Amino acid sequence: MSRLRAQIVKELLSTLRDPRARFVLIGPPLMQLFLFSFAATLDVNNVDMAVLDQDGGPVAIEWVQRLESAWFVDELVKVKDLQSLGERIEDQRALVGLHIPPGFSGDVGSGGGTVQVLLDGRQANAAQIALSYLGGISRQLTFELQGVSGAASSQALPQTVVRHWFNPNLNYIWFIVPSLSATLAMFIALFVTALSIARERELGTFDQLLVSPATSLEIIVSKTIPALVIGTVLATLMVLAGIVIFRIPFTGSFLLLMITLVLFIASVVGIGLMLSAVCQTQQQAILGTFAIAIPLVLISGFATPVENMPPALQLAAQFSPLKHYLIIVQGSFLKALPATEVFANAWPMAVLALVSMSVAVVFVQRRLQ
Amino acid sequence: MGAAVEIRGLVKRFGDLVALNGLDIDIQAGALTGLVGPDGAGKTTLMRLMAALMAPSEGCVRVDGFDVTTDADVVHIITGYMPQRFGLYEDLSVMENLQTFASLRGLGGEQRRSTFERLLHFTRLEPFTRRLAGQLSGGMKQKLGLACALMARPRVLLLDEPSVGVDPVSRQDLWRMVGELTSEGMAVVWSTAYLDEAERCAHVLLLNEGGLVYQGPPDELTGRLAGRSLRVDELPSGRREFLAAALDAPGVRDGVIQGAGVRLVLAQEPTAAAEVEQLAAAHGGTVRSVPPRFEDAFIDLLGGGPGGRSAIAERLETVRLESEVAVSCHHLSKRFGDFVATDDVSFEVQQGEIFGLLGPNGAGKSTTFKMLCGLLKASSGEARVAGYDLRTASGAAKLSLGYMAQKFSLYGLLSVRQNLDFFSGVYGLKGRLRRQRIDEMIETFALGPFLNRSPDVLPLGFKQRLALACSLMHRPAVLFLDEPTSGVDPITRREFWTHINGLVRRGVTVMVTTHFMDEAEYCDRVALMHQAKVIALDTPDALKAEARSATHPDPTMEQAFIALVEAQIAAGQRRAAA
Repeated sequence: MSRLRAQIVKELLSTLRDPRARFVLIGPPLMQLFLFSFAATLDVNNVDMAVLDQDGGPVAIEWVQRLESAWFVDELVKVKDLQSLGERIEDQRALVGLHIPPGFSGDVGSGGGTVQVLLDGRQANAAQIALSYLGGISRQLTFELQGVSGAASSQALPQTVVRHWFNPNLNYIWFIVPSLSATLAMFIALFVTALSIARERELGTFDQLLVSPATSLEIIVSKTIPALVIGTVLATLMVLAGIVIFRIPFTGSFLLLMITLVLFIASVVGIGLMLSAVCQTQQQAILGTFAIAIPLVLISGFATPVENMPPALQLAAQFSPLKHYLIIVQGSFLKALPATEVFANAWPMAVLALVSMSVAVVFVQRRLQ
Repeated sequence: MGAAVEIRGLVKRFGDLVALNGLDIDIQAGALTGLVGPDGAGKTTLMRLMAALMAPSEGCVRVDGFDVTTDADVVHIITGYMPQRFGLYEDLSVMENLQTFASLRGLGGEQRRSTFERLLHFTRLEPFTRRLAGQLSGGMKQKLGLACALMARPRVLLLDEPSVGVDPVSRQDLWRMVGELTSEGMAVVWSTAYLDEAERCAHVLLLNEGGLVYQGPPDELTGRLAGRSLRVDELPSGRREFLAAALDAPGVRDGVIQGAGVRLVLAQEPTAAAEVEQLAAAHGGTVRSVPPRFEDAFIDLLGGGPGGRSAIAERLETVRLESEVAVSCHHLSKRFGDFVATDDVSFEVQQGEIFGLLGPNGAGKSTTFKMLCGLLKASSGEARVAGYDLRTASGAAKLSLGYMAQKFSLYGLLSVRQNLDFFSGVYGLKGRLRRQRIDEMIETFALGPFLNRSPDVLPLGFKQRLALACSLMHRPAVLFLDEPTSGVDPITRREFWTHINGLVRRGVTVMVTTHFMDEAEYCDRVALMHQAKVIALDTPDALKAEARSATHPDPTMEQAFIALVEAQIAAGQRRAAA
């Protein structure tokens, strides 16, 4: 026992004693959490717009007024001619341009009327979303005008009402923060473990360890501890930040989430140790971490839903611990994920942890052959 | 001929630290100048100043008339500099490395082709042009580094410790190449911690703590010691006991084991000779005068070597093993695929013996050594340490062996204290015993002032002490030393061997691999390996006697080594021819 304790203390100290390493491990993940949460949002607001009103009629004025007060519009500039409308979009001073042609109000009165919308295709996503907002205003306006003019006979537009469960306002932060807490913790745990054996090998201390009575199993166990502690603490901090700072409703069981978090980090640590046992230098370990971590994230369902992947990739996704844990952490926040669902996603992680760590032990032993 | 390098009033400061203090030096063209001094004396700083890689704080350095501060670009062109670890691209082949450095020097076309031909021939690297630099042996790496440094036919060649980690055969090659270069009129500066190398230089610069202690031909310095070098032989009570006693005598400046005898340097007092005579008589030995070596003069100039007592050895209980044989191997072999690294090696090491494993790079000594201490599993055959079979009782065997690697494998991210804590813990010490052992190490090795510092920033001597402390904490019966004093200066080296001698007198068995021949002198017996086999196994004196020839009537250990290896190669060629 004292042998194992000495090794665990050594591992913790070598990971945490270096002030730079300490900062690198704790600072950036938290910073990234906030950066990604605010920057990588899918909502479009603060849109700059330009309007060319060549009509000047009551409907056109109503249109412009509604735009001025719309929540997603930041600045609305009125321009005098088509050329300056084009220039505004070209210079990226406006994302959306609205051209109301002469006689528009009249056309609306006779049941027609068309406006032209110019979009900056360079920001295709944001422009698409802004267009859909404009469509909403247009429908609303049409509906009201029909009501006012008493033309109730004209066909009422069949409307689809989409109601988003669990996240009714489609608040993007509700989705991104829990996912980031998992992804960032995975990267940190992978780095800490991938570097651990490789660093000792590079500096020559690994031989010193191998001639000592420490067994391969002890070496692996002692090396899992710091990454397990750091990864779990970081992920917990980020989950708490989600609840306290971002005010995301947490509806599931916190205890179950913590247990599965440890399982998740353990499986990641196993993968990191496997990698570390075959790397000769720290540089190899860093490159190897990227080579493994990026695919793990891509097939996890973090960016694209697993259900939309080809069957082969869906199968591969089962081997990504992140895929299972994402279901649990997202579900625990928004869905009040029941315990049975938690267990269904927890046992694959337990298997992954056990298999990867056993392989790591074998790899360390094999170095002795 | 004028001086190739002129140094006047040179001072170099790093913050508050004065690295070089008021040097005036002339380095001649067409001659080999040796730059020697203990670790931290300022050798590398001086080298880098001459290569115009840094500027002096005061004074000036002129290389072939060009000032290193104002004409740094010209100096870069006319000097070739080979740092301690030459910046070879390990993932590129030998040829690709040459091409890279040729391009950096702007060498192209026909000139490039003829330069490569000349350099490859000169370094004898022609057969290896397609091999990756990372897979070359230490000696071949140095030769490739030299080839790259010689790319632009420099007028001044600066070699920083070129022979560290290089086996004697490759070392001889390096000497031959440098000899040819100086005869063409090049000025070559060779910095080294090995004093037998300094002895072979035309001119020597001796640095100590940033000051120039001596400048001139090595013979002149050695000459000052005439009559003060002695050798004591036929010591029935054991040469290690005698050495320990002699080093503590006031009349003795320095002493080392040399084969079966002890070599001593007397203090200047006229009574010293009589004192040693008396001491030798008390131990039953005979004294004779021997010609002084450069190393004797060096140690004398630096104020003498350390004393003969090892505080740690005195604290150890005497080791008693059940069998007389501490380490043994029988028909030990190791194959990596088709490659046989160790081929049917058998020997036995007695308890309390210092046993050396010697050989050129790639001869299999490291592989054999690693199998003996459990770092590699043997393909066939058996190895035992302290009576335990490494295959079946590896845990028990590991508890009875201590291991100290060339680079003192200490944890740089942990403090000195935490290193001691870790190594005592990993060997299963606990409670009071653990605290007691740690305190004992701190006290005997005077580590107290450094406890909260990282081992990385310790002076070399203390780093070595700490590494030794960590490997002795669990009182091993057998101590494995892997190139323990490679690149270490003579004073630090002496202190280290004082401890080892003390341990051996307590019954500890010491296994050592080295290609540093002075270390072989400390061994009781030496196994010489070549191409995976043991080609000679005997006492250092017997091996030297075997290599005696008309050209070398009294060969050094290094000459004996080269002669034995060459005889082996010749025998192999005869067999192949027949």
